Amino acid sequence: MSTPQLRQLPNGGHPVQRKLHGNSTVAPDRTVSTTCPYCGVGCNLQLHIKDELIYKVTSDFEHPVNQGNLCVKGRFGYDFIYSNKRVTTPLIRKQAQTPGARTQAIDRSEWREVSWDEALDYTADRLVEIYKRDGEHAMAVYCCAKATNEDNYLLQKIYRALFRTNNVDHCTRLCHAGSVTALLKSINSAAMSNTAAEVIDSDCFIITGSNPSENHPIIGLQMKAAVEKYGSKLIVIDPRKIEMSDFAALWLPLKPGTNVPVFNAMAHVIVNEGLVNREFVEARTTGYADYVKTLDKFTPGYAEEISGVDRNLIIEAARMYARARRGMIFWGMGISQLSHGTASSLGLIHLAFLTGHVGRKATGLNPLRGQNNVQGASDMGAMPFFYPGYQLVDDEKNAQNWEQLWNVEPGGLNRKRGLTTTEILTHAHPGGVRALHIMGENPMMSEPNLNETREHMQQLEFIVAQDLFVNESGAFADVFLPATSWAEKDGTITNTDRRVQRVRQAIAPRGQSRPDWEILCDLAQRIEARLGRPNSAHWNYNSPAEIMAEFGKLDTNYAGVTYGRIERHGLQTPVPHATHPGTPFLFANEFPSGRGKFIPVDYVPIMEPPDEEYPFILTTGRVLEHWHGGSMTRNSALNEIYPAPVVEVNPVDAAWANFTDGQPVRVSSRRGSVVLRMHVTEKARAGVLFMAMHFAEAAANLLTNDALDPQAKIPEYKACAVKIEPAAEQDLPHPDVLTKRGRW
Amino acid sequence: MPDTVSLHIDGQPITVPAGTTLLNAASLAGTTVPTICYHQHCTANALCRLCVVEVEGARVLAPACVATVAEGMRVHTRNERVERSRRTILELLHSATDVSEAPEIQQQLDDYHADLERFDDCEHREPEIIDDNPMFIRDYSKCILCWRCVQVCAADAQFTYAINFSGRGFETSISTFFEQSLTESSCVFCGQCVGVCPTGALKPKREWLLEQGQAPAEVLAATRGPGKKQRDRK
Repeated sequence: MSTPQLRQLPNGGHPVQRKLHGNSTVAPDRTVSTTCPYCGVGCNLQLHIKDELIYKVTSDFEHPVNQGNLCVKGRFGYDFIYSNKRVTTPLIRKQAQTPGARTQAIDRSEWREVSWDEALDYTADRLVEIYKRDGEHAMAVYCCAKATNEDNYLLQKIYRALFRTNNVDHCTRLCHAGSVTALLKSINSAAMSNTAAEVIDSDCFIITGSNPSENHPIIGLQMKAAVEKYGSKLIVIDPRKIEMSDFAALWLPLKPGTNVPVFNAMAHVIVNEGLVNREFVEARTTGYADYVKTLDKFTPGYAEEISGVDRNLIIEAARMYARARRGMIFWGMGISQLSHGTASSLGLIHLAFLTGHVGRKATGLNPLRGQNNVQGASDMGAMPFFYPGYQLVDDEKNAQNWEQLWNVEPGGLNRKRGLTTTEILTHAHPGGVRALHIMGENPMMSEPNLNETREHMQQLEFIVAQDLFVNESGAFADVFLPATSWAEKDGTITNTDRRVQRVRQAIAPRGQSRPDWEILCDLAQRIEARLGRPNSAHWNYNSPAEIMAEFGKLDTNYAGVTYGRIERHGLQTPVPHATHPGTPFLFANEFPSGRGKFIPVDYVPIMEPPDEEYPFILTTGRVLEHWHGGSMTRNSALNEIYPAPVVEVNPVDAAWANFTDGQPVRVSSRRGSVVLRMHVTEKARAGVLFMAMHFAEAAANLLTNDALDPQAKIPEYKACAVKIEPAAEQDLPHPDVLTKRGRW
Repeated sequence: MPDTVSLHIDGQPITVPAGTTLLNAASLAGTTVPTICYHQHCTANALCRLCVVEVEGARVLAPACVATVAEGMRVHTRNERVERSRRTILELLHSATDVSEAPEIQQQLDDYHADLERFDDCEHREPEIIDDNPMFIRDYSKCILCWRCVQVCAADAQFTYAINFSGRGFETSISTFFEQSLTESSCVFCGQCVGVCPTGALKPKREWLLEQGQAPAEVLAATRGPGKKQRDRK
């Protein structure tokens, strides 16, 4: 980068006065083994603690998930728990909020510190008042893919058993809903089929719409090793020249949103060149004949025209994957976060069906889950269609089972499917959703088209925020319940390859903060008393282990998981009984649906293609150093090494518009505009800009399109039309802060 | 080639799979050979030579971490020649570097009755502490050049290749290319290097500040860095 200098880092790299030999080394008061709070990989962490300060993190070299390796977030990024912006006292808004005129209270002076009793009584009063007046459809809750299985189970139980609503969802809707819908339709299972570490045993693997070396760094390491040490061939199908493409045999740089033609063209090649695994297709799938007919138009030439990928690359990729003995597919948000996310995922599933690369070790369909516990939160029924264990809410038998377990009168539970994350907010109006309980999520950063999200948030009558920080969404709340972080509570989380692992309390709760499960038990008891229900649904748990024992009764995947069995290395679900060793890979004999279904998909262009006014496609994603809405990482030392947002622009586009590296630019879509610095890099494909979603001061989601996939209801984060214009230094939110790193 | 190899370790007959290192063979025979640079999860490079053992008939001592078993070998893991060699290695290490924070080496100095004053007039390596990022510090006066950090940064784990040897002889040290700061290098701050450093040369900054006598609140403020901007919330 040419312009401003790297700002001074702490101590500015200056020499430090050295103590003489014999430094006093620090001996920890204790070390606590736990699981990382960031991504879905689920690395083991050993927290070294002195005077309640976690001063060092190491990891177990024998651990099956990460073999002692960590990334910058896991090893150094835990200090958000000590941030002085963290709120550790219950708060109630001073100014009463009214629907339509709701404001954001960023400043602490707008809040009143209250006791836990007052905060919980107030919350219960308001929730029950709204429920009694407007009924179950007025209630809604966002569960949390960062919280434990036990926390999520309890929260959905409160809203289902007490408020009789299925308006229960969480951020899985915004990340892998497309994949989950596609997988459920074709094989009736939604998890990663294999263990990520099996990649070293594959002969060929595809990474598409995913940037593992930044977003699943430890799986990224295993993938690099698979290529460099174990001779596996990597095919990267991605519009960005991500780091993994340096390790790839083939890189297919497609235009955002053209997955379906590329995948279908690969299928076309596999079928026409006789590379189909006949045995597998006949024994394990249905619908092949009808599916093959739909492939005729998807010639490699046709795909090249639409996607911009050389047809020979498509042909070569198809052959490489089909001829492998063991082929794996890993995918991420680039597949699912599109208005045709379900179709994109189906395109990939078909490739695995055609080649029989599923149901064996080192093969499979592997949607890399983002959050540390998005798999677990989904398993726990934090979704509008399912009770825990993916049991449909509109199935009478399921409802009766849960009524029995929760001591709810027969017919009491709601049999109607609820609203999804995105729909909950669009239904925020009189007669629709009135009360929203947000545990740990931040829709004001994570929803698409934030200007509209803001209007929806303003329409709500009552908002409860349960979190560590008053973030952009919590600032809209009426009451704030301070929860403990992962380091201050016990529980379990389930990682991307279905491994249920322990989270352990390492330090005392900060201030008055309390573990989510305790907050929820107290709140539930107050709600239940106010509702005057004849039966109690039991809220007097003594420990998270008791909560797990309860859902294990009806969720067969977790039936054999007990705290005693997951002390050290965890267990991979399904674990159907108490001596079952866990399941490293799924579908060895059959799919949960019996046979896998081929479901033909056609090409649908992105909802907002570039035009003369908005000539670029913006695609969004994440960076190594930051996490989602930034509540954690931007309150951490991580922010020091990546302090400001940039927009990545290809050198060709930059030269065409006479832009220079580091220059401030304004990026605008039809929905909003932001100012930030540009970073000229080959990583971006020509015609495509990239922005990370973490930075509130230039929030990528002000620009993104809220068009939804019709089946999965997932928004099209990965492609919208934007324009880019020069801006002045003083238009930048923080002109003096510059991100400059050698790792680019 | 046969699948197994029979040999004698300290007079004890043992049969192990072909290709086993002498270090692992000794371990199977119930004998511990001391190591410094060796780490189970890193490629062994036989750099420190502390693990040398005597193989009868061989001209020089063999580094057990990389030397593999051969049929009929007679190995001595701790005889006088081996002891003298290990003791000298430890004394030399101690003479040039600060090994005070390496508990394993402290134990070995004791076990081998090292004469801590033997090379007392030697020059001590005392480069300045490098504190160029909020994550960890690099105090190469404690570095024994075991190469673990270089290995995990490269093909043993991270494939990032941010650090390597620089300089020659006594001036050898671990460095980024052209001695750039870590933020300017290709470093991704995964800290794999910190995780395998045996001597405290690489240390989380928070731990280091605690050692300097700072209170937890000061430690956190220091690693948060100066000039932190409030997030702009509109």
